[in-house]
Amino acid sequence: MKISLKLFASLAVHLPAQVRSTHRVELELAPGVTVLEVIQGQGIPPGQCAIVLVDGVWVAQGERATRVLSDGEVLAIWPPVAGG
Amino acid sequence: MAWTKNVLRVNLEAGTCTSEPLNLQWAQDYLGQRGLATKYFVSETDPKVDPFSPKNKLLFVTGPLTGTMAATGGRYSVITKGPLTGAIACSNSGGYFGAELKFAGWDLVIFEGASPKPVYLSITDGQAELLDAAHLWGKTVWETEEIIKKQHQDPQIRVASIGRAGENKVLYAGIVNDLHRAAGRSGVGAVMGSKNLKAVAVRGTRTDAYRLADPEAFFATTEAGKKVLAANGVTGQGLPTYGTQVLMNVINELGALPTRNHRDVQFEGAMAIGGEAMHEKRPTDGKANLVTNGACFGCTIACGRISRMDPGHFSVKDKPQYHGASGGVEYEAAWALGAANGVSDLEALTYANFLCNEDGFDPISFGATVGAAMELYDLGILTREQIGFELPFGSTEGMVKLAELTAKGEGFGKEIGLGSKRLCAKYGRPELSMTVKGQEFPAYDGRGLQGMGLAYATSNRGACHLRGYMVSPEVLGIPVKMEPQATEGKPAMLKAFQDLTAVVDSSGLCLFTTFAWGLSDIQPQIQAACEGDWSEERLLLVGERIWNMEREYNLAAGLTCKDDNLPPRLMKEAAKTGPQKGAVSKLDIMLPEYYQVRGWTKEGVPTADTRKRLGV
Repeated sequence: MKISLKLFASLAVHLPAQVRSTHRVELELAPGVTVLEVIQGQGIPPGQCAIVLVDGVWVAQGERATRVLSDGEVLAIWPPVAGG
Repeated sequence: MAWTKNVLRVNLEAGTCTSEPLNLQWAQDYLGQRGLATKYFVSETDPKVDPFSPKNKLLFVTGPLTGTMAATGGRYSVITKGPLTGAIACSNSGGYFGAELKFAGWDLVIFEGASPKPVYLSITDGQAELLDAAHLWGKTVWETEEIIKKQHQDPQIRVASIGRAGENKVLYAGIVNDLHRAAGRSGVGAVMGSKNLKAVAVRGTRTDAYRLADPEAFFATTEAGKKVLAANGVTGQGLPTYGTQVLMNVINELGALPTRNHRDVQFEGAMAIGGEAMHEKRPTDGKANLVTNGACFGCTIACGRISRMDPGHFSVKDKPQYHGASGGVEYEAAWALGAANGVSDLEALTYANFLCNEDGFDPISFGATVGAAMELYDLGILTREQIGFELPFGSTEGMVKLAELTAKGEGFGKEIGLGSKRLCAKYGRPELSMTVKGQEFPAYDGRGLQGMGLAYATSNRGACHLRGYMVSPEVLGIPVKMEPQATEGKPAMLKAFQDLTAVVDSSGLCLFTTFAWGLSDIQPQIQAACEGDWSEERLLLVGERIWNMEREYNLAAGLTCKDDNLPPRLMKEAAKTGPQKGAVSKLDIMLPEYYQVRGWTKEGVPTADTRKRLGV
């Protein structure tokens, strides 16, 4: 299956250099992969993942190991950020 | 104690400056800055006063922690009756002006009446005088600051002034200090202009301006506070690196980014105008928009954006005065100048933002009003002949042109300068104005974030994100995560945020500290600075008292519960895309509960018990 991984702010360094400015990469994954497995598989420090959204819906820290991704979903991740 | 205990009263009509002692009982009841000055204001001003009448007053105020070693302790506020809203206006700014005013020995400056001719107030420590400003009238903020510093032969003078927008009474004109920090919202600059007051120039050199109640404890607690800010991911890394602008993609992914006058909730051009884009090298000149970050007085966060434009960009090609580094776009400005209009040209946004700083007008209200004008144009209600040029959604040239015209008070810029409420009413479509109490929304959609919708509807100064920042729990999970579409618990959470915000706004600290600090971090700093008992319970009571005092003023001014509302678009037109697709605001569910939590009647009036408990 395919998912889109979006990494923003300082996490963009974990994307391949050629797509870094787009903040997005398409991943081919085996079915049943969880959010946490993608995070670990891409070498992203889990502690740096403050905001994790799948198709715009918040995935709490305690749910990341069990939230299974489906084909076509968009996983977007930010480090600790805020604004206003 | 951390107050200077001095109030400067300036009668603009008589041309006099007199000193009087601070009401210390009010300082104990309202702390400082927003709370204290509002207490003075409501005690001295008729709530029914026309905002542009000489009888309206304009107050500049510092907090007890302004000008101290506390991290971010550099804030000041301006309080008046707002011309955009007819409600209490309280606008907060950073930079260095507030601390300088404190070093000169003043907690509060009260402007009364109106001057028969343009003047500016010059303060050097205890000496204050009104000086002729005929040579400054018609000048921009940037020119004004430069002229005053040269005239007084002192580059260390701090200046807060209005630009041409304030002189022209643009209803959302702000007061700009230190070139690009602003008391930006609600039209406080237009009130200043109505008084023929061009600027306040301050030089403060006193080392005995105030005394901390317990210096040793203050040094220890402020040092501890700085360590908390440095260790926190948001205040230690996120904000200094990406600024508030990093929110652009977050809010867009969440489906809560108002786009094209709130017709849409996601913007296809968000990536091009967000915080990350400011770091990217431009293909045109190989340089990034962002030059560096910047800090206000005493700030250890440094979220400010300093930008340099592409000198080849069409908007500044022949204008070298805009080729240097200056205040870049923050999130709310980038949203209003960009997504609200469908414009995705970061350089154009930066230019418009420079103009807002240069001539002193609020980019949020300006950009949102342009969005409303674009919708009127799209519907065929406004025409090219009326505007002077084409104005479809997404027109970079149109947005830029309107920024120039609004700054100068020319052409259709005069209509844009009245704000979207008056613009849409004039052209027979009042429902298209995306405002509450006449003030334009900032960058979060009240359909996508239910708590923010309630925050907008109940904000005492009209639509505002900085009166109760429900984005923290609804998006960022600070202090706890709340689902964006949930309503349960939101009224109580909002009340807590509003009361705490009133405390922070009254202390001299920046609200952004609260991404890392809780009240338990702030309380010891206030306690060590100020004499008296400043327990957490008392501080929250002070915050609640301030909120209710503002509410009482608005009610006396003629506002009612009907003004605690959102535009019909947010109540009836569902979000079209993204994770919040199908959502409308559930304000009707939350508002009655909010009144109840506040101890107000069903009509939104504080009950006798609430008034008695708070001593309002």
